[in-house]
Amino acid sequence: MSLATETTARPAGTFRVTRSRRNVTWTGLGALIVVVVLGLAPYIVYSGTTAILVQAFILLTMASMWNLLAGYAGLVSVGQQAFVGLGAYFVLILALHGTSPFAALPVAALGCGVAALPLWWLVSRLRSGYFAIATWVLATTVLLIIEKFSSIGGGTGMPLPGLAGYNPALLTAYTYWAALAVTVVALAAIYLLLRGRLGLVLTAIRDDEVAARSSGARVGLARMLVFVVAGAGCGAAGAVLAISQLQVQPAAVFTVNWTAEMAFITIIGGLGTIEGPIVGTVVYMVLQQTLASYNAWYLIIFGLVAIFVALFARRGLWGLVDSRINVRLFPVGYWLRLDTDRPRRPRLRAPRG
Amino acid sequence: MVWVNAVIQGVLIGGLYALFACGLSLMFGVMKVVNLAHGDLAVLAGYIAIGVIAVTHVPVLWSFVIVVPVMAVLGYVVQRTMIQGALDRSVLTTLMVMLGLSFVIENGLLQFFTANTRGIGTGLSLLTASFSIGSQIQIAYLLVVIFATAVVVLLGLQYFLSRSKYGRLIRAVADDREAAQLAGADYRHVFGIAAAIAFATVALGGIAYGMYSQIYPTAGTDTILLFAFAAVVIGGLGSLWGTLLGGVVLGVAQQIGAQISISDEALAGFIVFLAVLVLRPQGLISRRAQS
Repeated sequence: MSLATETTARPAGTFRVTRSRRNVTWTGLGALIVVVVLGLAPYIVYSGTTAILVQAFILLTMASMWNLLAGYAGLVSVGQQAFVGLGAYFVLILALHGTSPFAALPVAALGCGVAALPLWWLVSRLRSGYFAIATWVLATTVLLIIEKFSSIGGGTGMPLPGLAGYNPALLTAYTYWAALAVTVVALAAIYLLLRGRLGLVLTAIRDDEVAARSSGARVGLARMLVFVVAGAGCGAAGAVLAISQLQVQPAAVFTVNWTAEMAFITIIGGLGTIEGPIVGTVVYMVLQQTLASYNAWYLIIFGLVAIFVALFARRGLWGLVDSRINVRLFPVGYWLRLDTDRPRRPRLRAPRG
Repeated sequence: MVWVNAVIQGVLIGGLYALFACGLSLMFGVMKVVNLAHGDLAVLAGYIAIGVIAVTHVPVLWSFVIVVPVMAVLGYVVQRTMIQGALDRSVLTTLMVMLGLSFVIENGLLQFFTANTRGIGTGLSLLTASFSIGSQIQIAYLLVVIFATAVVVLLGLQYFLSRSKYGRLIRAVADDREAAQLAGADYRHVFGIAAAIAFATVALGGIAYGMYSQIYPTAGTDTILLFAFAAVVIGGLGSLWGTLLGGVVLGVAQQIGAQISISDEALAGFIVFLAVLVLRPQGLISRRAQS
């Protein structure tokens, strides 16, 4: 039997290609409601709660970017704090020149995206562990260079100007909305990127890099794009961080703990799924809020949980949920459904995520 | 004369960096594990030394007799359980687990020993002294001892890897794990031995660092890990003498940087590292060039 008869024996039309097994309109509507409710939070809850939520949004944005790097492009960066710091400093520099920090925020994100290009050039040839520590060295180098400029605070940092004129309650609300907006834009951007051509290329690279290259996938370009987007995203998070802290301290914004936190949040939530960092952020914030009185213990427990999850539940908490009920809030893969026999069962496993 | 002094000091400090770097290089060479917890393990060894000295009152210089075996056993156990488990899964998992280990050790040390800096001291007046060459060059005996230790460790490691039975096993497993397995080598055990050696060298490095400078919980990631990694990359992977050269080049670059401006010490080292990364990514002495 020739291949032609084999393929024509099962005419097209008996299977459909869909994005999700369930209707996505509902999850989309759900997401919209969540965003609207979160947007109304400053009117409902105390400012202490919004401050915690701002921290959660910052971490969620960073973790989602790290997830894009490690979970989709296979780039384990331990140097994302470079972009967090640069984002904060872009805001500081623009604010020193009279720009409103809120207006400086998108510029900072853009600037970090541009700054990611030369840094990518330095580390693009490296893989896995080498890439990890080299990005770390780069971040430390960026910190050491920035500390040399005394006009932006040198080694001690300085308070962020341009926010003194705001009414404190209003400033809290604006900061909160800025953080929320950054998170929503970041998640939407990642979702759309992964749904599009880039997502396909990244899936191909993850499954077999050599095959992807030989099929004409521009592997290097895809990785660079991911690095730039992750740089811009972490930069935006850093900008929000600067605004929420009302000051920029080099050691605090460039600390490797940012990358450790984004990595552990992603691992615990579920690497390679958009939902994972969301779950991970919730877990982190709950741990932090309940164990905060025990000093560094929550960080130790968090690290241990991350090691445990990395070893024994590789798809994270969301992976556990997903394997039971098979639901995706952000469907980026495809399902191939046969309409003839047993229509509920997918024949082709969709790409993770 | 100032510059000659900087170079001499840099070479000597390079010994300390090489001591840190050889364990990192060994674990990467044999298991393909980038030990992100390497610096924290050195600091951990330093704190163990402080504890051992406080409890047993052994002379400071001899604390390594206890600390090194303890760290070696720890290395074997950690390799056989956590790291092997991660290796069996994927490269990505290994990186995550090492990052997690680093984070846990660092925050554990912060929790138990606070962020204060601690010195191990030297316990010998001779080691705190220095001798001078000419009027401007002063060389601390301690640095000479550390450099000599590094050279002895590297020589010993070289001899062990090239001559001994276990050394041959380690090299065989590093070169071709499956072929070694077919020949009857238990690669998991060999990995454990390699990790034990790496942890033992990092213990020596940690004690030396505590004697030369001050240790604090985040010293491992602030300085030691990145300096060790820079030394490995500058020197070239897979060559122990390359590691020493890498350490020396890093040390000299830092000391020259410190002469230009005291705040440029670390920066100068990293700039040399980045230059090597761009211009000669295989390192100054690459394995291929050597063989």
